Amino acid sequence: MSKPVEVNDSNFDQTVLQSKTPVLVDFWAVWCGPCRMVAPVVEELAGEYEGKVTFAKLNVDENPRTASQYGIMSIPTLLIFKDGAPVSNIIGFRPKPELKKSIDAVL
Amino acid sequence: MVKQRDYDVVIIGGGPAGLTAGIYTARARLKSLLLEKGATGGWIVNAGVVENYPGFPDGVNGLELADAMQQQAAKFGLETLTAEVTGLDLKGEQKIVKTGEGDITTRAVIVAGGSDRIKLGVPGEEEFTGRGVAYCAVCDGYFYRDVPVAVVGGGNAAMNEALELTKFASKITLIHRRDELRATKILQERAFAEPKIEFLWNTVIETIEGEDTVKKLQLKNVQTGEKSTLNISGIFVAAGFRPNTDYLKNIVDLAENGAIITNEKMETNVPGILAAGDIRANSIRQVAAAVGDGAVAAIYAERHVTSK
Repeated sequence: MSKPVEVNDSNFDQTVLQSKTPVLVDFWAVWCGPCRMVAPVVEELAGEYEGKVTFAKLNVDENPRTASQYGIMSIPTLLIFKDGAPVSNIIGFRPKPELKKSIDAVL
Repeated sequence: MVKQRDYDVVIIGGGPAGLTAGIYTARARLKSLLLEKGATGGWIVNAGVVENYPGFPDGVNGLELADAMQQQAAKFGLETLTAEVTGLDLKGEQKIVKTGEGDITTRAVIVAGGSDRIKLGVPGEEEFTGRGVAYCAVCDGYFYRDVPVAVVGGGNAAMNEALELTKFASKITLIHRRDELRATKILQERAFAEPKIEFLWNTVIETIEGEDTVKKLQLKNVQTGEKSTLNISGIFVAAGFRPNTDYLKNIVDLAENGAIITNEKMETNVPGILAAGDIRANSIRQVAAAVGDGAVAAIYAERHVTSK
């Protein structure tokens, strides 16, 4: 089963922006409780969308450059990137069916 | 999708009330399942340090306390499933809990699904959510370093948000529609003593305005009718909570605000459906109370299951 990959300021361009498949990036931090609610759902989705969507996690504490570049002001935020640009923006915890709808809409 | 499964007790919600109920029912050897839409922990994961839960003289981190409760429940055999509950059907003695992961049948249900922040319902709130409108200072305070912010509300949650924000923001304006706070004395004292926090009494927010992100609030004094503008970069909403009972309308008796009405045994008007924690009418929204509710609900759920 496929797991979310860790991305950071230095590999973001290569892993996310240049990806051939859409990438869902989970912006999170250790001190954010609701981020922990999102994490297991994102892990499950990574398995379900294996091969179709790449799932990534970015720690905003350790990677402030990327977080501020995309105007992240609330976490958890999930951004879906397609062809190098964000196409969908999901702020805060959302139940799995709702996330699947957002992902399916950009596929 | 899970197949239809049968349990003695299904607990809805994985906060302190639900986890405590799970510890008790699993330990009583009842086949117990806890349903949680996200990860276990409930609101305390947003709380930072919990100072008033007995047994921790130096306070305890909300995340760590939730983890410990979860581990304790798992040790006694509580099963958990990540699923959102969408409905509840009654079929004689049997209850059918409808979830995004399929139906689950059970003899007893303990509803411990807590509550969520109330939105202000003013123009700009939806539009700027995540771009200046925030609901969790522990999560988002970090993004408001050295800028002015506002907090709206007058209860414990609002004080906690404002105090948390003193670590980051340059100034915090606390906006409250009355001229006194509902918050507990110790939190009021801390907030009043904090030079970064200013209070705007008898004031409501009419609109939230900005460009890419929030820039200002249009305010109105509810006594004088006087209008004013406050320039800020963020607004943290802590104006109360709404119980998560949408799927229970017409099934159990609810109070006017949607909270579940129970007796002192945590029983609702429907035999075999119990409630615990912040989702109950007149809840005091404290971890210690939620834990107490969970224990009481579990004991009477057990009696319901074993008496048949």
